[in-house]
Amino acid sequence: MTWSEMQPLLEQASWDTLYMVGWSTVIAVLLGLPLGILLVLTDRGGLLQNSVANKVIGQIVNIARSMPFIILMVALMGFTRWLTGTTIGREAAIVPLAIGAIPFFARLVETSVREVDSGLVEAVQSMGGSTWTVVRKVLVPESLPSMIAGVTTTIVTLIGYSAMAGTVGAGGLGDIAIRYGYQRFESGLMWITVAVLAVVISLIQFAGDFAARGLHRRGGRSGAAPKLRFLRDRTPAATGKTGTEPELTKAS
Amino acid sequence: MDTPVITTSGLTKTYRTRGREVTAVDDVDLTVREGEVYGVIGQSGAGKSSLIRCVNLLERPTSGTVTVDGTDLTALAGRGNRAGRELRRARSRIGMVFQHFNLLSTRTVQDNIELPLEILGHSGAARSRKALELLDLVGLADKAKAYPAQLSGGQKQRVGIARALAGDPKVLLSDEATSALDPETTRSILQLLRDLGQQLGLTVLLITHEMDVVKSICDSAALMERGRIIESGTVPELLATPGSQLASALFPVSGESGDPERTVLDVTFLGESTSRPVISQLSRTYNIDISILGAAMDTVAGRQVGRMRIELPGRYEDNVVPIGFLREQGLHVENAADAADAAPSVAEAAPALVKEGAK
Repeated sequence: MTWSEMQPLLEQASWDTLYMVGWSTVIAVLLGLPLGILLVLTDRGGLLQNSVANKVIGQIVNIARSMPFIILMVALMGFTRWLTGTTIGREAAIVPLAIGAIPFFARLVETSVREVDSGLVEAVQSMGGSTWTVVRKVLVPESLPSMIAGVTTTIVTLIGYSAMAGTVGAGGLGDIAIRYGYQRFESGLMWITVAVLAVVISLIQFAGDFAARGLHRRGGRSGAAPKLRFLRDRTPAATGKTGTEPELTKAS
Repeated sequence: MDTPVITTSGLTKTYRTRGREVTAVDDVDLTVREGEVYGVIGQSGAGKSSLIRCVNLLERPTSGTVTVDGTDLTALAGRGNRAGRELRRARSRIGMVFQHFNLLSTRTVQDNIELPLEILGHSGAARSRKALELLDLVGLADKAKAYPAQLSGGQKQRVGIARALAGDPKVLLSDEATSALDPETTRSILQLLRDLGQQLGLTVLLITHEMDVVKSICDSAALMERGRIIESGTVPELLATPGSQLASALFPVSGESGDPERTVLDVTFLGESTSRPVISQLSRTYNIDISILGAAMDTVAGRQVGRMRIELPGRYEDNVVPIGFLREQGLHVENAADAADAAPSVAEAAPALVKEGAK
């Protein structure tokens, strides 16, 4: 197989992958974000404490999370056909991809939101803020850097899943790697596909890290002093007076 | 001045954890009058934090009522943990300052101060005008665009105070506001609280475990132990109360006399009596020799206070006349032996003569 033969294949496959992953990420974030926040709010001691709702949501998330993607995809075929009118192609692949990613992202959101200092929630409550205010002004903005890291992880996982979506005729990079590379012994194309995937994933990870770090740098924790010193250790330039703290100079 | 702004009656908070019941606040009756700084002091675990959280209902009291500025907050509580509109409105009129500042790390100093105003629904221009005004008031006018992580502890607490004042509250609650700060910063923050309190006519309820805080800014104080208030009153009242644990903690005098044939007295001077030569007058008038075992002078709640432990020859009964003289001079006199007996118990000291006679 020559490069001129490979190029259109690779191009089409890359677009297919981005299309599937992009849309399913958007859906997963839109639905997983409220789900993850609800998991925290309905938990014991939460602002909307409701153990029944918490257990139900938690169970659904757990079941969906524990199912291997390829099985989820097959199991969801009826639903996919009802929703998109077909079970093959890019659009059809978005359905199981999004549904697989929603609980995954919800758990990541839950972890991020739990890390927000409860003192901040208390402060907003003491100002007369409602639960919605707490979510909008505290929980989401304060956990944003960590949530962006969660989005990155979700995208990378979805790229992995999308390779399996190739088995329902959705196309994408994983699909050509299997169909051409494995089944037709075109190992050259397979390795190029692998390389393209590696580059795409690295770029996404880099962009995600960059965004998360950018948000984090202006922030840091407001409260605990030890945490602050830890932050300063990593960014000695921010202190501007490292000379007064000898252990800092040593650390940097 | 004497109108009560914060009143709690029969306030009780019980936590249930794994079948065990812990009563953090036990039947507390508290009255904070308009314009005063009221300090609740106690060791950690005494229930102070639960108490102050019950005042704005961040914690739901198990029983009892809380009235702030004429509004019965407990009646607004509603069911469950959610705060209804009425309670939220009431809370917005109560400022709160926290030990760990609780500033949002993703917002600038100015945006942090604007947060309560956003909740109140003020317009952007009004918010930023108010925030800058408050920043000026707490002495951080140049830090409006800084993030909390770039500030020192004392500066963060100044922002916390400015934020608490944004909604023009009548009442300020301070939850160990200085406990995470060094002594120097603590002093400047207390000074700021006191100044702002006077300037804005605030009523301040603060909890602390540091006696120095009570000493430097409180008009009234209460001592909390195992969920109960065991002593309370204005600082001058407390200093004048025989056997008051708070008074002796605020103002310890030491000095021992082992001789039962001599009388040891604790004399408390308040206000202008500190400058009069009372002891030498006493000595000359009655021709008795007085030994001073210990003495201290300090400023408590903005007033000069002196305490002295003196020893007179003879038993307590023989010294009724000189003691009468001291009391006539406007001093508070108590028998040190009684104070020592009374201090560990909650009960009020019995009349000194009876006790001494029983020995």
